Amino acid sequence: MCDTCGCSITPGNEHLVRADGKHAKTKDGRAAVTVLRNLLSENDHQASHNRDHFDTHGVLTINLMSSPGAGKTSLLESTIRALIGEFSIAVVEGDLETENDAKRIRAQGVDAVQITTGSACHLDAHMVHDALHRLDLDGIDILFIENVGNLVCPASFDLGQHRNITLLSVPEGDDKPAKYPVMFRAADLVLMTKSDLLPYLTEFSPKRAESQLRHLATEVPFLRITTRNDDGISPWLDWLRTEVAEQRGRCDRGESAHPAIQPDGAHIHSHDHGKLTKTRGMTI
Amino acid sequence: MHELSICLALLDQVQSVAREHSATRVERIVLRIGPLSGVEAPLLENAYPLAAAGTIAENAQLNIEVAPVVIRCRDCSAESEVAPNRLICGSCGGFRTNLVSGDELLLAHLELSLPDDKEPTTGIPEHPGV
Repeated sequence: MCDTCGCSITPGNEHLVRADGKHAKTKDGRAAVTVLRNLLSENDHQASHNRDHFDTHGVLTINLMSSPGAGKTSLLESTIRALIGEFSIAVVEGDLETENDAKRIRAQGVDAVQITTGSACHLDAHMVHDALHRLDLDGIDILFIENVGNLVCPASFDLGQHRNITLLSVPEGDDKPAKYPVMFRAADLVLMTKSDLLPYLTEFSPKRAESQLRHLATEVPFLRITTRNDDGISPWLDWLRTEVAEQRGRCDRGESAHPAIQPDGAHIHSHDHGKLTKTRGMTI
Repeated sequence: MHELSICLALLDQVQSVAREHSATRVERIVLRIGPLSGVEAPLLENAYPLAAAGTIAENAQLNIEVAPVVIRCRDCSAESEVAPNRLICGSCGGFRTNLVSGDELLLAHLELSLPDDKEPTTGIPEHPGV
């Protein structure tokens, strides 16, 4: 157990941290308690349960994040059409309101559960957990979670996914990675979508977009795709096939995976507080 | 934008620690937050009174220490303090760096008022209901 954090306070040693105890006390007589616990530890705890659930069913779970309108749902429609017969797919859709996206996905012949968050700007692990009660994961190879369209908040919440994908569409501009470093740093793969628009939006430089991504100290793949022609998403499909194979291997070995965001920093903050404070992003 | 959710999570933890210590009031809360956590300290400060109303931490002073963004270069081992969107080694200019500090979202410590008991530090503590 950790010596400095609130998690080690037990009935047997509680008197030590009370006023007059030999642990810390402020000048005006208050008890000072060092906690060092991640604020999102409750969410991370639920996310860890979700991940266990996915691994038990041998499912690869992918969290799709982007600004609204970057093409997440269109990408899913094309992906489902391309992989039908090869993989079994299900989708969790997150939006503030409407079932529109879930209906579009169901029209492709796969199960989709819509989470409407009301005014919440992101999905969290508890919402995803509730959605899983409405989804049969038996026989599913890939579960896509389409997060709420937002380049800020979704990056902070672990849902239990294995990989994070961030979409950057050409009309948004090539400086998005510099403007939203938290989001792009969280990505295991960045997809430059709507690449068919490059000839019209000449101010968008794919090279500049990738360079700004590299400034976030990330070496993840940066793939150009478009859903407007037949082989426009093939690099993404190849990436997915590799990930499905790797997830199957991990499940056979009893292993799991987190999004690979900066394991060193995560390790420094995690201390040794056990499962409850498992920090986001550690690759295990 | 999601700072209210973060505040509610914070209060859950603060109330839980306060309960563990049978505190009567939470006087001070110290958070340590890095820019790469995606949480803005001023927004959190604004959201806090709304979230804390009616709780044991209603009148607590909320102090937020903003952690610097510090990276260590995997190639030349230099450490640099950098901007959140430019995690480039200050020494060799490489981007193969690891984050040392800057994405923290931690409840660092709390100051609590405890019941005014005269319990001797060497005595057997009272722990009703445990």
